[in-house]
Amino acid sequence: MLLALILIIPCAVALGAVISRRVAPWLTLVGALVVLGLAIVSALEVLRTGVLRAALGFFTLDSLGALYLLLVAFVGMTAALYSISYLTARHREAGEIPPRYRQYYPLFNLFMASMLAVPLVSNLAVMWIAIELTTIFSAFLVAYEDRAETLEAAWKYVALTSMGAMIALLGILILYYGVHRAGEAVSWFGLVRASSTMAPAVLLIGFVLALVGFGAKAGLVPMHTWLPDAHSQAPASICAILSGVETSAALYMILRLYPALARNPGIAHPNIWYLVPGLITVGTAAFLVLQVTDFKRLFAYSTIEHMGIILTASGLATAAAHLGMIDQLFAHAFTKSFCFYAAGLATLALGSQRIQGNRGLLKRSPVVGWALLLGALAIAGAPPFALFISEFQILRAGFSAGEYVATGLLTVFIVLAFIAILYQIGGIVFGEPDPDLEAVEAAPVQRLPVTGVLALGIAFLPLLVFGFYLPPPLSQLIHQAAALLGGGA
Amino acid sequence: MNPHVLEVARALDGFVAAIFVLAGLGIIMARQMRGTLYLFILHSLMLTASAVVLGVTLDSIHLGLVAVITFFTKVLAVPLVLVWTTGSSAYQRREVEQVLSIPFSILIAAGLALVAWVVTNPLINAIPDHPFAAINLTTGMMAVFFGAFTVAVRREGVAQLMGLFVMESGAFFASISIVNDLTIIAEIAAAVDVPIAALVIGLLIRNVHKLTGGTRVGSMAELRERH
Repeated sequence: MLLALILIIPCAVALGAVISRRVAPWLTLVGALVVLGLAIVSALEVLRTGVLRAALGFFTLDSLGALYLLLVAFVGMTAALYSISYLTARHREAGEIPPRYRQYYPLFNLFMASMLAVPLVSNLAVMWIAIELTTIFSAFLVAYEDRAETLEAAWKYVALTSMGAMIALLGILILYYGVHRAGEAVSWFGLVRASSTMAPAVLLIGFVLALVGFGAKAGLVPMHTWLPDAHSQAPASICAILSGVETSAALYMILRLYPALARNPGIAHPNIWYLVPGLITVGTAAFLVLQVTDFKRLFAYSTIEHMGIILTASGLATAAAHLGMIDQLFAHAFTKSFCFYAAGLATLALGSQRIQGNRGLLKRSPVVGWALLLGALAIAGAPPFALFISEFQILRAGFSAGEYVATGLLTVFIVLAFIAILYQIGGIVFGEPDPDLEAVEAAPVQRLPVTGVLALGIAFLPLLVFGFYLPPPLSQLIHQAAALLGGGA
Repeated sequence: MNPHVLEVARALDGFVAAIFVLAGLGIIMARQMRGTLYLFILHSLMLTASAVVLGVTLDSIHLGLVAVITFFTKVLAVPLVLVWTTGSSAYQRREVEQVLSIPFSILIAAGLALVAWVVTNPLINAIPDHPFAAINLTTGMMAVFFGAFTVAVRREGVAQLMGLFVMESGAFFASISIVNDLTIIAEIAAAVDVPIAALVIGLLIRNVHKLTGGTRVGSMAELRERH
């Protein structure tokens, strides 16, 4: 019942939001808070029992699923809070309420429900449907502001990720055959159990199709082109979800295939399938960050970089690297949502998302300036933030495992991206405002949206605390999740 | 299983697969939007036919259900939803500007068919006990590639959407030969997913039409990195 409620609540709230537009924002927030509470209770239950099952096995939750569930629920809650006054501020700036405002909260809740379903449902085919529904429900959230640019971004997002989903569908159905033939239930556990006896061709072809298909949604190079466009056009609250947890949902599917691949005696060097695309993705993203001209696009490229780092860490195939990988997945979610909340407020303060020409944000709006700077430091992997710890863990594990070339390349790319992110964001935050933009400077700074700042503050807490201290249950959950994926453990 | 019945069924499935491939090829090449829609209906009808042939031969109620679901969603619901959302005027147009010429598109499609055969060959060898795998897996993979190619080379939103559904039909055409007992819940979920996707993407095309006066999504190029 507990697991079913996590899905029922956002669906019910979506219905409520259709009925009453006035209460929709607050109803969504209350729903998101309840879901977060239920996710915490479920995670604690998973720690106690190992695996939670419900509805005759239709729902299953293990430690990795519980961790991902917590991340979705947390980011969803902060995004719901952020949306309330951020959207109002956007409407004030635009001088009108977009017609799509009516659809925002129903779609927001359905989008959340589809994402929450990914770690909860047991059947691989149903899981694929949940992933596909995340795209369908978020298409009009990306195109919230009815402009040619937002529609172009939404179209690219839908076309590319749906193409990926169709390829992944074939992969999942081939794996379905392999698991079913081995007489196992078609779930992650069944797949891992069946993998050692599956024909290598079945497992490998199924996996490669899933990698390419879900890779498109995760933003792996070269299927990443939708990601910067969608992130530059969607409202910041949606970017936080897309970047923080939606891309990770697709990566979650890819990561969960590793133990199956590693167990099959007929597949030599399964880690190569993770290492090579991971490094290509990190490397490409690091160079793209250098040439970006829009700060929301910059954070989007940073997401591509992080997806690459996580995939590479999986390919390093040691227990320590897998622990670093889970830490990275965990830290990426709340750090990236914080960055997009800060970017949304910076857009309101500056009136544009352009990097060039925008200077002196700290002087113009100190709160937003500091938030953007701290977000950039955290997402680039500077100490003492959580991503510094996870990236350091991954690099140390790679060098310890003797993977000098791969880890050396990863180090170079991470350092390059670090410099590029700080150079670009530093330019906006510091310095004197451009004298050509005197008119803009003279304009009164818009009052910061209250719930937007509150959400920013809440998202900042894990950013600050988890670099120093992880509560024991959370640490235990992360260790269990890493062990679950640990082909090399 | 009676070998004669199996032989007839395989011949029938082979015939259906041939039309399925030709319809997919037609979607790549057809420039009239109405023609593209009709070819998509034919394509979906062939998926239904293959599910019927396999369901009867293998005595699988699940495949019968796949046939019913495919018929009601892809042959009936999706075209109706698309015409309703995008407006019937979208189907009276012709795609004037082509990314690739028709002969060149055919050449690439032939190459993709060859790649599909190469990719599925090891899979077919690993699945010796499924009598329809050799026909359906290769044909389905071809359709997945044809669909992806359609999305890549067509500029019209409707044609690109057809490409996506061709890919999905391809995945199902391939999988019904090896997975003939997908759980009911997955079948129902898939049945719901397809019309919802058609509705949402169709509405997106309608919005593009309202804002830009056309549905040539391939020409939208506002979002480039500007220096």
